[in-house]
Amino acid sequence: MYGEATRSVVLAGVGGQGTITAANLLANALVAHGYDVKTSEVHGMAQRGGSVISMVRFGESVASPLVPLGEAEALIATELLETLRNLEYLVPGGKVIGSRTRVDPLPVLQGAVEYPADAEQRITELAPDSIIVDAAGIAAECGDARAANTVLLGILSPLLPVPEDEWLAVIDKLVPKKALEANRQAFLAGRELGGE
Amino acid sequence: MAEKRLMTGNEAVALGAYHAGVTFASAYPGTPSTEILESFSKLEGVYAEWAPNEKVALEAAIGACLGGVRSLAAMKHVGLNVAADPWFTAPYIGVSGGLVLVDADDPEMHSSQNEQDNRYYAKAAKVPMLEPADSQEAYDLIREAYEMSERFDTIVMFRMTTRVCHSRGLVEAREPGMHVPVPYEKDEVKRVMIPGHARLRHPVMVDRLAEMEEFANEFPYQRREMGEGDAVVVTSGVAYQYAREAFPGVSILKLAMTNPLPRKLISEFCEQFKQVYVVEELEPYLEESVAALGLWPRGKESIPRTGELNVDNVRDAFPELAKGNPSRGHGAHVEGLPARPPILCAGCPHRGIMYSLARQKAIIAGDIGCYTLSVLPPLSAHDCQVCMGASITMGHGIEKALEIASGESEEEGFSSHRVVSVLGDSTFFHSGVTGLMEMAYNRGRFTVVILDNRTTAMTGFQDHPGTGTTLQKEPTITVDIEMLARSLGIENVRVVDPYDLEECLAALQEEMNRDAPSVVISRRACVLRDKTLERIPYEVIGEECNECGLCMRIACPALVKRGDEIKILADTCTGCSVCAQVCKREAIMKSRSES
Repeated sequence: MYGEATRSVVLAGVGGQGTITAANLLANALVAHGYDVKTSEVHGMAQRGGSVISMVRFGESVASPLVPLGEAEALIATELLETLRNLEYLVPGGKVIGSRTRVDPLPVLQGAVEYPADAEQRITELAPDSIIVDAAGIAAECGDARAANTVLLGILSPLLPVPEDEWLAVIDKLVPKKALEANRQAFLAGRELGGE
Repeated sequence: MAEKRLMTGNEAVALGAYHAGVTFASAYPGTPSTEILESFSKLEGVYAEWAPNEKVALEAAIGACLGGVRSLAAMKHVGLNVAADPWFTAPYIGVSGGLVLVDADDPEMHSSQNEQDNRYYAKAAKVPMLEPADSQEAYDLIREAYEMSERFDTIVMFRMTTRVCHSRGLVEAREPGMHVPVPYEKDEVKRVMIPGHARLRHPVMVDRLAEMEEFANEFPYQRREMGEGDAVVVTSGVAYQYAREAFPGVSILKLAMTNPLPRKLISEFCEQFKQVYVVEELEPYLEESVAALGLWPRGKESIPRTGELNVDNVRDAFPELAKGNPSRGHGAHVEGLPARPPILCAGCPHRGIMYSLARQKAIIAGDIGCYTLSVLPPLSAHDCQVCMGASITMGHGIEKALEIASGESEEEGFSSHRVVSVLGDSTFFHSGVTGLMEMAYNRGRFTVVILDNRTTAMTGFQDHPGTGTTLQKEPTITVDIEMLARSLGIENVRVVDPYDLEECLAALQEEMNRDAPSVVISRRACVLRDKTLERIPYEVIGEECNECGLCMRIACPALVKRGDEIKILADTCTGCSVCAQVCKREAIMKSRSES
């Protein structure tokens, strides 16, 4: 898409939102399609409600597992503040695929600082090519609000050369049976929003 | 053959070790190394265990190797400090089955208290070292490490970093090998390091170093990548990936074996170029040796010595090499956003006891675990912390110092402080027990609070000697902390429920005022694991609340203050009731809307 050998997607959210699981689905779909793939994530303190960031890179031969600033063609984010925080990974003109979800960090809960009330507006100003949806709401309609990330992956999917049946095969393989149907529906709902 | 699979570096090491015929592995959990043992333990026909600490893990692995099997010990960088005692003598006694220590450094301190560079441990102990740069190399090189261990009769260091441990990459596994256990033979001159024997062994190690260097010069995984131009980059580990991407077309000498360093190879390859660059994370470990060869490298004067490297900071360090891949700008960097620090979970059993402690006039010597997060405001319930187990021992020293000082000084403030040491159950078993012995034996009179949440929570819920189950979830003994403390001669040992603030406060006040050592065990399962909780959320009764903000001081993510109004997020609240107990107006009640 950008004429570079290695392509990158950054996924951001808050501990417990399933960011790492979504990165794993994306990475496996790209592997199934024949790419060399590397991903990166940080465990540990992030599990306690901190920011989480996962990176997925693919191409013919990927070197760094970390995405350099300005090289992600898409930022998938399940939380508005984390979306703003990670915009700098986007290539100028890159795409934000975000959820209209707000999770207050402790300093905000405590009333010490304000959550940026205009977060969504700022995102669309700073990254005009943005799709921000109520991913949890859409996922709930598909049967499981926790599949919000899968909705966002669905929106991303038309931008990647992986065909629909390969995506669904990876979802079938990796998502636990109990949540499978909701995740399939969530993916397809997102894919429709993404323009296919 | 095989299909390629996406694996983390940790998973790849476990599989590679398995395919090298390793059947014994021991570790204490520690980010970023934890998943090595977790994934190894799931493989068929192996023995794997959680040891109480890293010294125990390494010693058990040394024993297993002498017993004839290929064995592995895994730990994070600071774990090797704990295991440093066996580490330095292990190379004297050599191996029977191969022996590898997998070390996981944490540049950037994603989940650590320091960012020491453990490559110096390999150099200081004269131990050969391999550094993988991705998951495939983690798989390939761990297999080489076992060959090397038996060939040179020494333990081997396998040095990883967070980015190698926790990145996924494609791994193509090879045909699994077999290791036939070596029959046991007594060899006390080689394996009992009395001075007379050790004096015989140390020269053997020095000679071996020369042989290993020859080997390192020829080792096929040392990669020479010829590019264009008159510059060459010497690098190792994940730093190689950043250099390769930042400097397309530049020649690279990528080292996989970095102790002993292949000096001949480095000299011969680098002498073809006008300028040598060294790209490495943390300390100038390679750079010092490259400089000693008279190659005048450029390195740490431009490359950061703290934190992680990445393509951006490597490119910025040497822009003259990055002409093939200049930075093309990036999306907006937004300033002034609220931080999102990690916090104690809603319903965390540490909250009640740490809140109770914060209200005492006490010096709190803390330790390493989730509870360390209580140092952050508004709880602010830690005064000092340095390493695993140091809470009790530092507390002991502080108390003695205050005694000495108050005897010598008329000034107020020395005798009015009380000391409390706080540590978790897993940390207590790791290295708190000897501290407790120190307090008991040397007549300390302070209070030790053991936060017993029945698991190793911070690293992802690993078992330990107090949980009653092994790594494989098989039943085993449960170490009884009360009986252990009493057996050390501590008479005042009691258990409190951290969800009962009145009980916590009363127990702390009574024990802290006692002129004798005491242990308070705050016992409740980690809220993320507790299946017995009803989880009925609480709510703020609007008309009763006067917005005094007292409940906000417990720093619970279920409590939110919007303007003057305080609310409880029903989805987040676990019903632990600590906020309701803090409230002086009974304005927080169990929700009635829930059935």
